[in-house]
Amino acid sequence: MERLFTALVVVIGVPAATVLYVYLVEQLLTRLPDRLATRLRPWFWVGPALVLLFFYLVYPVINTLVLSLMNADSSSFVGLDNYIYSFTNSIMLSAFRNNLLWLVFCTTFTVGFGLLIAIMADRVQYETIVKALVFLPMAISYVAASVIWKLMYEYQPPVRPQTGTVNAILTALVPNFEPVAWLINQPINNFALIAIGIWMWTGFCVVILSAALKGIPEELLEAARIDGANEFQILRHITLPLMSSTIAVVTTTMVINVLKVFDIVYTMTNGNFNTEVIANRMYKEMFNVRHFGRASSIAVILLLAIIPIMILNIRRFREQEAQR
Amino acid sequence: MILRRISRGLLHFILIGLIILWCMPTIGLLVSSFRPARAIASTGWWTAFVPPVTFTTELYQEALSRTGMGQSFVNSLFITIPATVIPVMIAAFAAYAFAWMEFPGRNVLFVAVIGLLVVPLQMTFIPILRTYNVLGLTGTFPGIWLAHAGYGLPFSIYLLRNFIGSLPRDLFESAYLDGASNFDVFFRIVLPLTVPALASLVIFQFMWVWNDLLVALIYLGGTINVAPMTVTISNLVNSLGGNWQVLTAAAFISMLLPMLVFFSLQRYFVRGILAGSVKG
Repeated sequence: MERLFTALVVVIGVPAATVLYVYLVEQLLTRLPDRLATRLRPWFWVGPALVLLFFYLVYPVINTLVLSLMNADSSSFVGLDNYIYSFTNSIMLSAFRNNLLWLVFCTTFTVGFGLLIAIMADRVQYETIVKALVFLPMAISYVAASVIWKLMYEYQPPVRPQTGTVNAILTALVPNFEPVAWLINQPINNFALIAIGIWMWTGFCVVILSAALKGIPEELLEAARIDGANEFQILRHITLPLMSSTIAVVTTTMVINVLKVFDIVYTMTNGNFNTEVIANRMYKEMFNVRHFGRASSIAVILLLAIIPIMILNIRRFREQEAQR
Repeated sequence: MILRRISRGLLHFILIGLIILWCMPTIGLLVSSFRPARAIASTGWWTAFVPPVTFTTELYQEALSRTGMGQSFVNSLFITIPATVIPVMIAAFAAYAFAWMEFPGRNVLFVAVIGLLVVPLQMTFIPILRTYNVLGLTGTFPGIWLAHAGYGLPFSIYLLRNFIGSLPRDLFESAYLDGASNFDVFFRIVLPLTVPALASLVIFQFMWVWNDLLVALIYLGGTINVAPMTVTISNLVNSLGGNWQVLTAAAFISMLLPMLVFFSLQRYFVRGILAGSVKG
């Protein structure tokens, strides 16, 4: 009975409430003098968004800054102690190193594969299928992906038949190949995890880059062909330069995603065997150790790492608006 | 000519190779989930096609019967639908105001919204959780709806504002001259014309919420009767131990709905992206 009620709220109540809000606001505004209504109206329309943004993003950021200067249960001020801990603790240092590996390899390969697949798929008839299949992993939860990749990376001692796809393929193809425990052997395990990230996020890059590719006017390419340019010259001197702003958008989005990487590591290894990353470390400090000060300082460090990208993002928006 | 044909051949070869590479993990899961548990543990999934072929739905029956899987599927729906509707609607209201209404501080506010795109979610958990504990929102559906709504808003507003802002100005002017109210303009003109962007946004938000584990773990905690599928499955990972093969079926069940949503909306989706974020 209670669940039936929830179902009704979910399917009818919530959508109706959002529409009702605007309806009531507009009813109210028609009763006010015109000038006042014009001045108040925008605030009613952006209001709900601003309230949610403030409560869920702005206020927590400020609060976390304060908490990061406090002790474990936020009862006394400890200055920069948490930051000193976060920058000297050996697990944190290994998390920094791994995040750097993620940043370099995951970003390069997702954007690189994305570009490669978008450009190649543009020239074949089964383009939609290619894009859909590469995008598919985006529809899979990290939890389900972890089950998938545990099957891929499974390890059996060399004498037994391999049950993991990767080891089986490599033993079949490479003579004298010794099966590898992909999730345990260091440092290969970090790259094994990064491969999962590449598998999951390349689809996003493909879809957006391919949309940009479609936006290049056909006449431009035709003209270059008539002038005798070959396909590689066209790619280098026309297609890629015209796609550069989109490539920048995709790259920044990926950098943000990669810096915040959590779920893959949490579900696959939980940071064991030297695969720790910053976001997972923060989760542990908060929920296992319950040291709110340290957890907050790690969050602030993560935010600081992302701020340069935030500035780029805002600058790009300004340029875009100037052209509008 | 011959060179051209060789390079065409190479193109197909690489593309098809990449597709196989990309699909293999998922196919491995699909095949495994229909095999007997003991076979999964001892041989690779590709041997399933070597006679004697024995496919079974045993694992699906087990996944569905025990462990509250059915309930968590419904919970996932209860969480995902409002957590998609609320941010998309509220973002559309805000995007309409940002694009077509004049008010002081409009640009500054919008730039601030873009800035919020990069806040790591992990940073917000402690303060919000404390407030939630005071308000009694921890472990409740409305608590997680609003959390997902708040987190999804920056991207939603960004995408929709670009799209709604690019609609022709005359459209609005003639509607206002005809005496249409803002309510009418928004629901009769803006929303129908924004369908491509809305569809892409709905896909993103739906997938993001449906597949989310972290936010659910934090705001729903251990409360079992509100746990979504991701939480139930990740609990299974820890509790099943020797019986982990059931996970293959459970994982596949959790993938079905987002895949359905994706394939049914993907036509709009690509067009929506094109018109929204790539315009610059």
